[in-house]
Amino acid sequence: MLGWEFPPFISGGLGTACYGLTKAMSKLGLEVAFVLPRAVSAGKESTHVKMKTPADINYSRLNLEEYEQELKNVKFKMIDSPLRPYETAESFKHEIEELIQAKQSRCNVTISSGGADVGQPGHYSGDMYSEIHRYAAAAVRLALQDDFDVIHAHDWMTYPAGIAVAAVTGRPLVVHVHSTEFDRSGEHVNQMIYDIERAGMHAANKIIAVSYLTRNIVISRYGITGDKVEVVYNGVERNGNGLNFGKSSIRKDEKIVLFLGRITMQKGPEYFLGAAKKVLEVMDNVKFVMAGSGDMMRKTVELAAQLGIGSKVLFTGFLRGEDVRRVYELADLYVMPSVSEPFGIAPLEALNHDIPVLISRQSGVSEVLTHVLKADFWDVNEIANKIVAVLKYPPLQMTLKEHGNFEVRKLKWEDAAEKCRMVYEQVVSSAVCV
Amino acid sequence: MPSVCFYFQVHQPCRLRHYTVFDQDHRYFDGFKNKAICRKVANKCYLPTNRLILDLINQHEGRFKVAYSITGVLLEQLAEYAPEVLSTFDALARTGCVEFLSETYYHSLSFLYSREEFTEQILKHRRTIEKLFNYKTKVFRNTELIYSNDLVDAIESMGIFDGVLTEGADRILNGRSPNFIYNSPRNKRIKLLLKNYALSDDIAFRFSNRGWNEWPLMAGKFSDWVSRVNGNGYVVNLFMDYETFGEHQWKDTGIFDFMRHLPGEIMRNQDNNFKTPSEVIGSYPATDVIDVPGLISWADMERDLSAWLGNPMQSNALHEVYRMERNIKKTGDKELLADWRKLQTSDHFYYMCTKYFSDGDVHKYFNPYDSPYDSYINYMNVMGNLEKRCKKKLNIEAEQLEV
Repeated sequence: MLGWEFPPFISGGLGTACYGLTKAMSKLGLEVAFVLPRAVSAGKESTHVKMKTPADINYSRLNLEEYEQELKNVKFKMIDSPLRPYETAESFKHEIEELIQAKQSRCNVTISSGGADVGQPGHYSGDMYSEIHRYAAAAVRLALQDDFDVIHAHDWMTYPAGIAVAAVTGRPLVVHVHSTEFDRSGEHVNQMIYDIERAGMHAANKIIAVSYLTRNIVISRYGITGDKVEVVYNGVERNGNGLNFGKSSIRKDEKIVLFLGRITMQKGPEYFLGAAKKVLEVMDNVKFVMAGSGDMMRKTVELAAQLGIGSKVLFTGFLRGEDVRRVYELADLYVMPSVSEPFGIAPLEALNHDIPVLISRQSGVSEVLTHVLKADFWDVNEIANKIVAVLKYPPLQMTLKEHGNFEVRKLKWEDAAEKCRMVYEQVVSSAVCV
Repeated sequence: MPSVCFYFQVHQPCRLRHYTVFDQDHRYFDGFKNKAICRKVANKCYLPTNRLILDLINQHEGRFKVAYSITGVLLEQLAEYAPEVLSTFDALARTGCVEFLSETYYHSLSFLYSREEFTEQILKHRRTIEKLFNYKTKVFRNTELIYSNDLVDAIESMGIFDGVLTEGADRILNGRSPNFIYNSPRNKRIKLLLKNYALSDDIAFRFSNRGWNEWPLMAGKFSDWVSRVNGNGYVVNLFMDYETFGEHQWKDTGIFDFMRHLPGEIMRNQDNNFKTPSEVIGSYPATDVIDVPGLISWADMERDLSAWLGNPMQSNALHEVYRMERNIKKTGDKELLADWRKLQTSDHFYYMCTKYFSDGDVHKYFNPYDSPYDSYINYMNVMGNLEKRCKKKLNIEAEQLEV
């Protein structure tokens, strides 16, 4: 399995998904070798608020101790590469330069994790695309040391590696589409990324899409035939007992509406603020919390000021682990106004934390959730209308929580893993036939 | 000996328009949608079925009889959007073979929350029926056949009714047959007619179900089932929504052909006949007492109130609307009163039902909203505005008094 992020080093849903999926596969008895790019300086996030980041944890320790039990059939292979998802070419270049300087000052960094000897990390060419191909070359070398039946590549950065490994080993390739360039960038697609995605999808024996929304994009935008694309919905980890005893002890005078996700075009932060403005016209004791970071951070802060609601909107920066749990405990409503969301695991986690959820209809997760509020992302009026209703009418909040929490328990990673296994069996058997 | 007693429920709610918390005007109802649905149902169901029933009455020279309960909210809409339906009902009324039943004008759940409002709505409905069809109602059926011992007491005390219709739910019958006449424990004057839900639902729900082992249901087969009651009951009460004909069961299922042949088939057996509820009450004695201390209804498998009162949103919305009764009536404002009363229609609360919501079933089919949550939000926004209007009106009057 070729991936690019894994907890605790995550910036979005992809790492969460890979963790949940591999853990469930491990339970099913599937053996997984998970290949990860390993950034030299991990955990450095571009936020203006300094959060507690577990930068000092390293993967080799994690594998051995923490994950040993639940991921006993998963082996980790690290490739020393600073690949990060949700990256733009510019920010990447900037970070590479920093990295090279840091490396030079520290001389050479030795690679000891995962037991894979992929050689010295060469010299960075300074752009993301050649980095992806370097990752691919390293993956091929790793693949030749190992035996496996299927290659499973997660999102575009690993597609070239997937294609290369498939070409060298002759094993069937499954690509897993967690998001597409059209979700991340709207109509202003990066041609290079699009080409990589397209090549990966065409080279694949089967494509797994995280929703029908994504499946439709794969078919209509990438010229793939429908019979090649399967939908496998993501699941959610159960955490806690769902009773949240501690919660009622938190007293607050203000209602809190939560946005949690990357602050980028894809996530629709401006619609969140537009709705906030409208809500504040009819209600006063509300705070809007935006947890996350991203390339639209500055613009969003400025927009809040422009709308005259700066004092009512709090930016927390990127949150992890315990901080995420705490912010969920404080929130009265979670809002995901995504412009285009292939799936959206975060609403499931919110429901898991007993928070009612308002999601955009333009999200894959709205295909599986019924006990949530839904609105079109552009319909700021309707989003505001629903936010006010949740804050004003406790019975609504109560009913949403009760049914939502029950519904989310039915979305299991085990089912997702089982469906992946079926896809594997299909590609393996058809490969034998040919 | 079994008589067949048909009663059809004829109702359409006055649906709300999309109303956000930011809306300030007093137009709560979706005239466009209500008109479109009213016209559609009139063309698919009311007009063709009324025509068919009229033909059958003529054809059988008055031996075929039926009863209707038409809600006030629908009568208002028909007058505005499909007046020709009213004239066909009037034609049916003039045959003398049709009985009209009483119910709450607004198809409301007022029995559960306000006896005063309950009585007022029944009387308003009764006056309307008398004015339109020159018919004095004598038998009562409560919204969704909601029933308990207390209902009989309330109806008895009005002094105008001889009988009440309700569901022949298993848990109140305890193995007895719904095909007899019953009394409530405290009141022997009012007679109870119980719906034979097995035979009623064969027509209303299972008729077009190809997975049902009795499909296709023919008039002959059905009348054999009715005749089997002979010797073990007085009456087979077939109670159903009128929209069964042409709307729930589409024309191409053969439902109209079934109905066209049914009276003839049933009366081929000399022992069988058709009676209206009042005739049934006049012809047969009550055989036993049925004790219903708790509430029942004709809805879903549960036959309880959970379709309208099953979650916190529904009970909140219902309490809110009846909490406003005193103030609304204090204003004496007719428009305000009419709007408030239209908001009592049980359908509004049915749309908020979360039971089975994920499974997508009959509840979804009748629901103009995407989700029960949307329906609650919309309803509460309208209620919020109505309350504001009401307070404003009362304040102005209070100020005038002071001056």
